[in-house]
Amino acid sequence: MQPPVERVLIETSEDLVALRRLVRERAAALGFGATDLVRLVTAASELARNIIVYAERGFADISPVRRQGRRGIRVRFEDEGQGIPDMELAMRDGYTSGRGLGKGLPGARRLVDEFEITSEVGRGTVVTITKWL
Amino acid sequence: MNAFKVPILKVGDVLIVSIQSDIDDRTVIEMQQRVLEQIERTGARSLLIDISLLEMVDSFTGRMLSDIAAMASIMDSETVVVGIQPAVAITLVELGLELKGVSTALDVDDGLRILKERMRERQRRHLYSAKENAAAG
Repeated sequence: MQPPVERVLIETSEDLVALRRLVRERAAALGFGATDLVRLVTAASELARNIIVYAERGFADISPVRRQGRRGIRVRFEDEGQGIPDMELAMRDGYTSGRGLGKGLPGARRLVDEFEITSEVGRGTVVTITKWL
Repeated sequence: MNAFKVPILKVGDVLIVSIQSDIDDRTVIEMQQRVLEQIERTGARSLLIDISLLEMVDSFTGRMLSDIAAMASIMDSETVVVGIQPAVAITLVELGLELKGVSTALDVDDGLRILKERMRERQRRHLYSAKENAAAG
């Protein structure tokens, strides 16, 4: 059985609030502790904000995951924005393209267990984060 | 009614801002503006921001807190942020956010005590420089 995926449109700062609430609810229901909840919700907020700032709109897909008996939450962020021309630079701590704080990507990566990013200039960016229980 | 999502109270010489729940960016920006207007209108010399109900502080909210403290300082007002939840503090540090220039305290009582001490210190300094001026003149 395919686990259910819940999709949230990311376009306004109200959408960020809705996403944070949903991620928190799903992660809490799985049994995540207080600190991991905040880590996951904060990472999701940073990545969703990147969508609004750099791509205007996109989606976040939240799904429960299971691997070798472990359970977790995965959130996949997808946009069709301008893409990231220099990934190494974007992942560097403190680097900012000028519109952000330079905390977004490297900061979010530190808060989760798995972090994957693919981006194509002119096509968009996909970031997938996973936090295991 | 965004205007009332974040209540601002004046108790004595202190403006108390209490963030009640997760708020969107626009409400945060609006709160910043209202706080500065209230500082100007009431002449409050101290600002206490209670975020004990805030379950998450991301880089945007963190920067807004730093900005409010910096702006209040320019308007001759001291800021203390109180009630940061342990999980929020851990996450802020891991995210690489240090809330630069923001004084923090455990809870409202602690924050009020710190603000009162600062006011006393400030009055002492004023008194001292007034005496110096008198002696020089």
